[in-house]
Amino acid sequence: MKPARFDYIRAGTLAEVHAALADGGDDARIIAGGQSLVPMLSMRVARPTLLIDIMHLPELAKIEVKDDALRVGAGVRQAALLAWPELIARQPLFSAALLWVGHAQTRSRGTVCGSIAHADPSAELPLALLALKGAVELSSHRNRRRVAAEDFFTGVMSTTRGDDELIEAVEIPCRTAGHGYAFKEFARRHGDFAIVACAAIARKDGVRLAIGGVADCPAARDFPDTDSSALDDALDRFASDLEARDDLHATADYRRALVRRLGRSTIEEARRCRA
Amino acid sequence: MPRLTADARHRVRFELNGRMVEADAEPRMLLTDFLRYELGMTGTHVGCEHGVCGACTVEIDGVPARACLTLAVQAEGAKIRTVEGLAPAPGRLSVLQDAFRRHYALQCGFCTTGILISLDCYLRHHPNPAEAELREYLGGHLCRCTGYAPILAAALDAAEKLRETPANA
Repeated sequence: MKPARFDYIRAGTLAEVHAALADGGDDARIIAGGQSLVPMLSMRVARPTLLIDIMHLPELAKIEVKDDALRVGAGVRQAALLAWPELIARQPLFSAALLWVGHAQTRSRGTVCGSIAHADPSAELPLALLALKGAVELSSHRNRRRVAAEDFFTGVMSTTRGDDELIEAVEIPCRTAGHGYAFKEFARRHGDFAIVACAAIARKDGVRLAIGGVADCPAARDFPDTDSSALDDALDRFASDLEARDDLHATADYRRALVRRLGRSTIEEARRCRA
Repeated sequence: MPRLTADARHRVRFELNGRMVEADAEPRMLLTDFLRYELGMTGTHVGCEHGVCGACTVEIDGVPARACLTLAVQAEGAKIRTVEGLAPAPGRLSVLQDAFRRHYALQCGFCTTGILISLDCYLRHHPNPAEAELREYLGGHLCRCTGYAPILAAALDAAEKLRETPANA
């Protein structure tokens, strides 16, 4: 349970981060809070030869509001966003999801962008970002681009980030007046990885439900504002389309049942919050 | 931008329990091992070594954090507190430590150092905690002896005593 050897750079500027990433290729990894990466290093699931520490760049530690979206920089810790006084008013869904991320003792170090970069299939923040149709801002020595969350997560811990790219920030759309938001999760203990997690956004004419913990990456689907039995049928189809698998924590059947039950109650809660 | 090379040992300095300390570490060395083997501070315990159990929890720059999920080189320049820094003087226990003793909030003691640090951080910022929030907060720690009830009782008791005489923290 000790990491293999790697070089370590404490970057002082963004240009240094980009240069080190370009130089290191797929052997280089960004380390921010380290709450996902360090266990992977210790278990030697990840064996980078270079770590680039980005936590000493003040320009990355900013939370900004721009064009009806929150822009959360790569250096913003989960606890810092959770403690930001405007969060609940700006985006209640992200606030609710954050409370399910690990424990207070890991949120104190873990970053928002780090969780997005790690892209664990059962992680809450990728799910919330997808539900809200957020985006990821990537930058490298050669260019800068913005990728919608829907195009970012591609599989288990895989994303469309290039080896030389840094997730510089994520964009989380602010709440829309009249929409209702809800987040629910089922895990063995609060703070454990989700067996199934649900995020719902209720509009006037329909609802968007995103599910984590079931497929290889979070998945979202939009439903019209139908009656109760039509919604049950739609949730049934969504549950079976997600290709749940059996694992140590739960059977595929159990996960599908949770998608139906927890999905439905998340939608109902979001509808109640629609005001 | 200094690059710390993988196979060399590099000087790491930080403030530990109020005084500056320094020792050498390879970049891959975890803060747990740095504290225990390089600095001889064995109060911080190593349990699961992947961030789940909470035994290695220390305070880094004012917040509780897993030492096993922190590289020693990341701690350069930080302010760190470990269980060794809790007692106000040799032979005296902090209010929280004393409450743990009176409530039998520990048996084997393995998880205790992490829990003490975690609660110490929490009570400083939340002088009037509800039992429910303490339960949730303690979810970040595994204890296989006590069943948690005495730990909760000790934390609530300590919070009350600290409200009366905060100087005794």
